[in-house]
Amino acid sequence: MEYFVQQLINGVTLGSIYGLIAIGYTMVYGIIGMINFAHGDIFMVGAFISLIVITALGLTVSTGLGLTFVALILVLVCAMIIASAYGWTLERLAYRPLRGSFRLAPLITAIGVSIVLQNYIQIAQGARVKPLQPIITDGYTLMTKTTEAGEFVVQISNIQILIISVTVILMAVFSLIIAKTSLGRSQRACEQDQKMASLLGINVDKTISTTFVMGAALAAVAGLMFLLYYGVIDFFIGFVAGVKAFTAAVLGGIGSLPGAMLGGLVIGLIETFWSAYFSVEYKDVAAFAMLAIVLIFLPQGLLGKPEVEKV
Amino acid sequence: MSSGGPAPGTDLAQIFKDLVVTFLLAAAIFGTTIAFKTETAIGGLTLETHYGLAAAVVGVVVVGRFILWMTVWRKRTVAVSVVPGGLKQAIVGKLGFLGKYFGPTMLLFALVFPFLPFTDRYLLDLGILILTYIMLGWGLNIVVGLAGLLDLGYVAFYAIGAYSYALLAQYFGLSFWICLPLAGILAAFWGIILGFPVLRLRGDYLAIVTLAFGEIIRVVLLNWYQFTGGPDGISGIPRPTFFGLPFKRGEGNFADFFGLDYSSMHRIIFLYFLILLLALVTNFVTNRLRRLPLGRAWEALREDEIACRSIGLNTTLVKLSAFATGAMFAGFAGSFFATRQGFISPESFTFIESALILAIVVLGGMGSQVGVVIASIAMIGGFEIFREAEQFRMLIFGLAMVVIMVWRPRGLISTREPSIFLVRKKSVSADMVAQGEGH
Amino acid sequence: MTRWNEDILLSVERMSMRFGGLLAVDDLSFNVGKGDITALIGPNGAGKTTVFNCITGFYKPTAGRITAHTLEGEKFLLERMDDFRIPKQAKVARTFQNIRLFGGMTVLENLMVGQHNPLMKASKFTFGGILGLSSYKEAEKQAIELAKYWMEKTGLTYRADDAAADLPYGEQRKLEIARAMCTRPKLLCLDEPAAGLNPRESEELNALLLHIRAEEDTGILLIEHDMNVVMEISDHIVVLDYGEKIADGTPEEVRNDPKVIAAYLGVSDEDVENVEQQIEQDVTGSGETEAPK
Repeated sequence: MEYFVQQLINGVTLGSIYGLIAIGYTMVYGIIGMINFAHGDIFMVGAFISLIVITALGLTVSTGLGLTFVALILVLVCAMIIASAYGWTLERLAYRPLRGSFRLAPLITAIGVSIVLQNYIQIAQGARVKPLQPIITDGYTLMTKTTEAGEFVVQISNIQILIISVTVILMAVFSLIIAKTSLGRSQRACEQDQKMASLLGINVDKTISTTFVMGAALAAVAGLMFLLYYGVIDFFIGFVAGVKAFTAAVLGGIGSLPGAMLGGLVIGLIETFWSAYFSVEYKDVAAFAMLAIVLIFLPQGLLGKPEVEKV
Repeated sequence: MSSGGPAPGTDLAQIFKDLVVTFLLAAAIFGTTIAFKTETAIGGLTLETHYGLAAAVVGVVVVGRFILWMTVWRKRTVAVSVVPGGLKQAIVGKLGFLGKYFGPTMLLFALVFPFLPFTDRYLLDLGILILTYIMLGWGLNIVVGLAGLLDLGYVAFYAIGAYSYALLAQYFGLSFWICLPLAGILAAFWGIILGFPVLRLRGDYLAIVTLAFGEIIRVVLLNWYQFTGGPDGISGIPRPTFFGLPFKRGEGNFADFFGLDYSSMHRIIFLYFLILLLALVTNFVTNRLRRLPLGRAWEALREDEIACRSIGLNTTLVKLSAFATGAMFAGFAGSFFATRQGFISPESFTFIESALILAIVVLGGMGSQVGVVIASIAMIGGFEIFREAEQFRMLIFGLAMVVIMVWRPRGLISTREPSIFLVRKKSVSADMVAQGEGH
Repeated sequence: MTRWNEDILLSVERMSMRFGGLLAVDDLSFNVGKGDITALIGPNGAGKTTVFNCITGFYKPTAGRITAHTLEGEKFLLERMDDFRIPKQAKVARTFQNIRLFGGMTVLENLMVGQHNPLMKASKFTFGGILGLSSYKEAEKQAIELAKYWMEKTGLTYRADDAAADLPYGEQRKLEIARAMCTRPKLLCLDEPAAGLNPRESEELNALLLHIRAEEDTGILLIEHDMNVVMEISDHIVVLDYGEKIADGTPEEVRNDPKVIAAYLGVSDEDVENVEQQIEQDVTGSGETEAPK
């Protein structure tokens, strides 16, 4: 039971990170019907930028609490802005020229972009794994259980609290943006019908650019969270995390923001429990198998609308 | 940026504004990741600064864009109107004429290549590598180019072929010539098993699922230590024999039997002709299939799946057959790879490999057999040129993939040759050919 | 006389189709007679294409039964069959409202794909074809003959080697019909075949359909908006409105049916009751009342 609760907490934390990445997939797919394969690598870039800024600021565990807080906000803002620059540039250079081309063209381009980003970071930042000394430590003990083997403690760490609360706040903010602002309205209009939207005076290009920027910014947040949580990153983390987040987006119902979050949580929980109770080696197999199963049996997702084939 | 063609008579203010934006973006992108390199040090990370390099890269980007403004984009509007449609047609006609003789010329060259005076061991190995990718490209072309199904996990079938031969040889001591067809059959079988549940998916979902399957197979090969040797792979895979005659020094071997002096080149030349033969079989079968109802059904599927169903085509079977046929050729190529290398491990079957084969098919022009040849030579040859800059190889590969898609989304040879004609064969221009959209 | 109720090619019985909250087709029954040209007409959104999609298996009706009868007396329950089996076994072929051709393939290739199933058999499911068996070559020759026949009938012979996407609109429509005919159907379903055609092409289409009825032993079911076409060539007309059948009969009968006129011309709100009364009278007795103009 205690073990279960601990895994539940870990799973929700992991799921929050996946959910943040999944939002980028879901928004881009919703608006231009394209799987932005390179999105996972934007997440990776976000993590690296966070690492650079943290190192530049000299942030360590001994930094005072208030200062750490301010510094982390600075790191977050930097990572979001710079990742947005990546997202915007990629959309302009690699994806926009292909709009209106055959449907699989942007997917193939996105694979190319993903390869470019991975290898660029590998060259610029080195191929080796980057460790980061923990900055936020401690946590709260929720339960303790004494067994013959010793004490088993169920803990929620400060960093888990941070990740979950940041995710919840960002989710709320972005949901508000989509629901209430004119930007959100433009996005939803473009989702329905781009041609009509442009006839009604919506700047479709700008709306799509903004979507990429928003997705990239959230991926950067996820990158920072991942860095703080695991403490190690390398240039390859984007691939598997991207696949898992995409699975989350599909599972939640592609195009749906709450769906992405829900999907992220489910995938995070499945991965954590799989690793805890079955095997760690095959955890990626579980994720990939999950993707296949979801696409085959539940392509419209949990919160998505079923598609009617148009004849 | 590169997409937004400026209107004629663009003023300097606009160019300036654009350059400022370019500078800011370049500074954000390169200024961070190049200027500061994180280095592991004792007691945590340190930053190594490369301001000069970062500034240079940003400078190159901004200046490069300025040059583009001044040259290409300025003339673009004029250039388009200058080239008359008739001339373009004539050029296309010339290309078609070239295409007629390209195939036989290449074939002739491929046949005499091992015996040319300048051909050394290195070039021959490169030739074998290129032919392997040509064969894989032709195999994938069936799935992607003809049937219009985007398969991102093609390398899985290559792996299945390679492991089939390696394991059958290891556990049962079967020879290459028995394993070759078995490897193809096993790969096709797996193609059907994996294909069956996913083939009703839309184009892009199908692509992602095939990617997932490719990764699953790789991870299983990596972790199933007892059976596949895990990351250590399988070594000591038997080399092929010339109808039972091994390529070894000594009596009763190939050189001895034919009264030749022993040379290690014999085996390489033999491998070269083996893969040439396999590739030609792939090409022959594909060309034959295109003229059969099955091949036409593949192309019809790419053009319009719903119309296919309305005239009685069982689209599931059509898709499965394309998937299995493509997988079978990958299986053949895989067992060739295993026998050539003598050693295989999951390392050789990563997603990048799938992407490379796909890039060859797309660059060549989906559905075009000649295109695959040109693209394989360009890609694999290009890889060799960057052999020195190992680090930059993949970066350039990725960039090439993006540039090719943006510049020529339909590949080098995009016209389609009809499979049958009544009076006169006319190539179908690219903009009429669908590329498989899932629907 | 109701010929179509005696010599039945296709019967739709109490069919309904629901999409979520929308009842697109409501309890529809009608028959298609052998050797008839049957027209399915009705205002926009009446559910005509939905009926077509149910008959040809692209949708599964929510309720009801669709039976196809072959000459040999066999029966096929279409609502239970996979879409691709309907043209293959029950011999019902169709065209689409927004033309669906294999655009990158030539006219001849399109017609060859139309004969996929017999050719597949002749090629021993490809294995014989790869080896180049002569029996397949013979079958292919025959297939080309059939394709030539239909190209001639549709006036497309001179475009045999051109890409289908290269043809003008009118010829694309004809090619789609030719491709459907290459499956040797017993029932040909045409979804607005005359839409977008100019008068001359429309004329040619009529001739083609009359030829098919006369020579090919193929019944035709068509959706059409062009009343000239409908009235000129149909033997039997079924009128739909809001998913319900409002009339069923010969062109004469339908032309004079007040309900049909009301549905087509529309009735102002104030007149609804009047019209309903008239219709009531019509149904119960005299039938002499003129429809409101």
